[in-house]
Amino acid sequence: MQHKVIDANDVVVRFAGDSGDGMQLTGSLFADMSAVYGNGLSTFPDYPAEIRAPHGTVSGVSGFTVHIGSGNVATPGDFCDLLVAMNPAALKANAKWLKRTAMVLLDDDTFDDKGLARAGFKGNPVEELGIGDRQIIAVPITTLTQESLKDSGLDLKTVNKCKNMFTLGMACFIYSRPMEYIYTYLEKKFSKKHPELIAPNKKVLNDGYNYAANIQAIPDTYTVEPALLKKGLYRNITGNQATAWGLLAASEKSGLPLFCGSYPITPATAILEELAIHKSLGAKTLQAEDEIAGICTAIGAAFAGNLAVTTTSGPGLSLKSEALGLAVMTELPLVVVDVQRAGPSTGIPTKTEQTDLNQVLYGRNGECPLVVVAAHSPAHCFDAAFMSAKIALEHMTPVVLLTEGFLGNGSEPWLIPSMKDYPQINPPFAAETGEKFRPFERDPETLARKWAVPGRKGFEHRVGGLEKNHDGVLSSDPVNHEIMVRERAEKVARVARVIPHLEVNGPSEGSLLVVGWGGTYGHILSAVEQVRESGKTVSFTHFDYISPLPENTPEVFSRFDRILVCELNSGHFVNLLRGLLPQYNYLQYNKVQGQPFLVQELAGAIEKSL
Amino acid sequence: MSQYTFKDFKSDQEVRWCPGCGDHAVLAAMQKAMPAVSEELGYEKERYVVVSGIGCSSRLPYYMDTYGFHSIHGRATAISTGIKVANPSLTVWQACGDGDALAIGGNHFIHAIRRNVDINIILFNNQIYGLTKGQYSPTSKFGAITKTSPYGTVEHPFNPGSLVLGAKGTFFARSIDIELKLNEEIMVAAARHDGTSVMEMLTNCVIFNDGTHKVITDRAVKEDRTIVLRHGQKMIFGKNRDKGLVLDGMRLKVVTIGENGVTEDDILTHDAHTDNIGIHMMLADMKYPEYPVALGIIRDVKDVTYDDGVRDQVAEVSARSRIHCVDDLLRSGSVWEVK
Repeated sequence: MQHKVIDANDVVVRFAGDSGDGMQLTGSLFADMSAVYGNGLSTFPDYPAEIRAPHGTVSGVSGFTVHIGSGNVATPGDFCDLLVAMNPAALKANAKWLKRTAMVLLDDDTFDDKGLARAGFKGNPVEELGIGDRQIIAVPITTLTQESLKDSGLDLKTVNKCKNMFTLGMACFIYSRPMEYIYTYLEKKFSKKHPELIAPNKKVLNDGYNYAANIQAIPDTYTVEPALLKKGLYRNITGNQATAWGLLAASEKSGLPLFCGSYPITPATAILEELAIHKSLGAKTLQAEDEIAGICTAIGAAFAGNLAVTTTSGPGLSLKSEALGLAVMTELPLVVVDVQRAGPSTGIPTKTEQTDLNQVLYGRNGECPLVVVAAHSPAHCFDAAFMSAKIALEHMTPVVLLTEGFLGNGSEPWLIPSMKDYPQINPPFAAETGEKFRPFERDPETLARKWAVPGRKGFEHRVGGLEKNHDGVLSSDPVNHEIMVRERAEKVARVARVIPHLEVNGPSEGSLLVVGWGGTYGHILSAVEQVRESGKTVSFTHFDYISPLPENTPEVFSRFDRILVCELNSGHFVNLLRGLLPQYNYLQYNKVQGQPFLVQELAGAIEKSL
Repeated sequence: MSQYTFKDFKSDQEVRWCPGCGDHAVLAAMQKAMPAVSEELGYEKERYVVVSGIGCSSRLPYYMDTYGFHSIHGRATAISTGIKVANPSLTVWQACGDGDALAIGGNHFIHAIRRNVDINIILFNNQIYGLTKGQYSPTSKFGAITKTSPYGTVEHPFNPGSLVLGAKGTFFARSIDIELKLNEEIMVAAARHDGTSVMEMLTNCVIFNDGTHKVITDRAVKEDRTIVLRHGQKMIFGKNRDKGLVLDGMRLKVVTIGENGVTEDDILTHDAHTDNIGIHMMLADMKYPEYPVALGIIRDVKDVTYDDGVRDQVAEVSARSRIHCVDDLLRSGSVWEVK
């Protein structure tokens, strides 16, 4: 067979196996090494809620998709070029995501009667799934790994854990990846506690690579050239890490210590974990006894003058609602990060959705407005977190930053910014006027109240959940209440003066404007580009700010006949727009499956709306 | 002389508790204790923060001319924790009720104690929900007849002292609202204590639970039915100072000095600083009529505090980290250059 090396523009690889097979690690390593190689990149981990789901079953399949390209990569890709299936269940769960031309690499050892039965196959899985036209490469990965390590002295359990390295080695051959990155990773990971595992892992990795090179079953290999990215220093970053770092950046630019009070919850926990590492930047983390204590300790820290943060996901946000109202009422700066997941209730905790928007906008008692910001990609979480903190501190308001499981766990290469390019953050600290401090006196421009932090002499004052007048004195006066209600709302509305205007991708007027917010950005952009390839004209705008809306929203909307709002919920944002800007003609495209959009389905929806 | 007097801690707000409410006396003791605390520990007034939850007693921050935070029901302890961890140089005082701290806020209460955050919690225990007009609370006596228990409660109350000590509290004191001197003494000791100090104040709600503590607080019987514990002093009580506590096997027992050959030497000496929580638990658990109810500082032991731990860890990690600014952080780990 003639071996060809094909230059591919972009490639989607999906690693799938049991939740204990190490697929998340394998996928991350493949992604990271590709990032270092210089490819455009987007990843999507998709795993079950169980730590070790029933062995060999479809519900227990853990997957990690890596999309690499020699250009910009905006999504993890709908369909894959290579599926690595470590067992029959992984094949079954992912067969529908195979491109027509896809290659399937499977561990033949697991395709025995038992394995097939567990995955619910009755006969030949390839036939049952109707994937006979794909290139199936069945390799006895378990046997070969055991063979590779027969002299290693490691016990069988440890040996079998190295299977993923064999697979990774094969994938590296197929996509011509240099493996130095993985060597370094293995050395770093094991050097302290298990140096005996470095050599065996490297050996299995190399044996996998060489095996793939030798078997002749792989007719073509591919190269994916480095993307022509902007010059500079890059790193790969997940959304949760970027969120944590953006908050640290805001701490530095405001000169205020960062305090994060949080309770562990999927998929937000990694933010708390990341902040807990960076004590050297002054970050204080408090793992609270519950979600309520998470936000309440943060509110206390805000009162005491820190940059206060609490991180959570949907159900946790529900628990924080009352305290969020307290932060609105006391007009203290607070950032609440909600990494949205599929609900309601516990829902599908490891799956992604945009279904918390209504909760964030309306889920509190009383007239309780706050600022809502949404991140649109893993790396953008950095800027979104920074801006959320800046707005909170400068406007004396709680800000909810919405990210999504898809963003939090996903990663992409990031051109490392320099902190000198970020603005200072200047909270409205009370000035020494010589007069009695009036805690709820407002800045005429922003309507933010002044911040006087305990420890400052002469500024002693009380805040609390009860309605007050501008002097900070309790008041149940009807007129005062309405004044304060309106001022708190107007303060949030005036944040629109400082947030960036909407930008339109494509013509600034026309028949159809596609609208998105949050983590759907990459998918919508790709879909819009795909539709344009067929010669059609369509424009796209994406909201990073939900409350308040960018000031030019009506101006942008007014230039289009129809506005198609795409979101991963039943229509929260489109209904907000219908309420605020009822004069425009809205269409909606929604999906609530705990999964990101597919570019293909979005492109279809756009075509239909044209 | 302290640079402050009680007037410095009095705000200009009108005190809105019912006439005769026990909270007035606790507030007065606090306003007197704070100048003494400042004198002893050198705290300027601007370093005081008074935090509360929701309930009658939680109005207290408005009446203190300090920084104050009147928060939401049950959450004062979490807010206090955040304030203290964010800025350990502040001295944090918390007013909360039995329903506030032990029912809706029970979780935060026990966890603050477990962490030993350096905050001072004044627990106003009137055994009733006053602000909602008379429902039973987690400290209402078994069988208490209230608006929500017209036929009597069928649940046991918490003894706040046992709860605090069960969570391995490092400071627990109990007193009666009107005992101004003792309360001032307890508050100063609580300020001196590093860690969570819980001061249970048996307060009287004149409207919804009048006389709930009367059986021990009535002037005529108080000295026979309570015992004021002071570290290093004999556990002697009674109008005639002739009753005392001894250990009888594993249990405490009330004896009379001069009877059955009991002398003062036989009476236990209170050790508030002993690590042995068992004896403190027995003292906190004492109930009338078998025992006198223990007042004063029952436990006051040293232990590491949470806020110090957080602060020290930040300093320690900073000293050995190579990451000192966000630019360092952004460039740490795996990075690559596109040329």
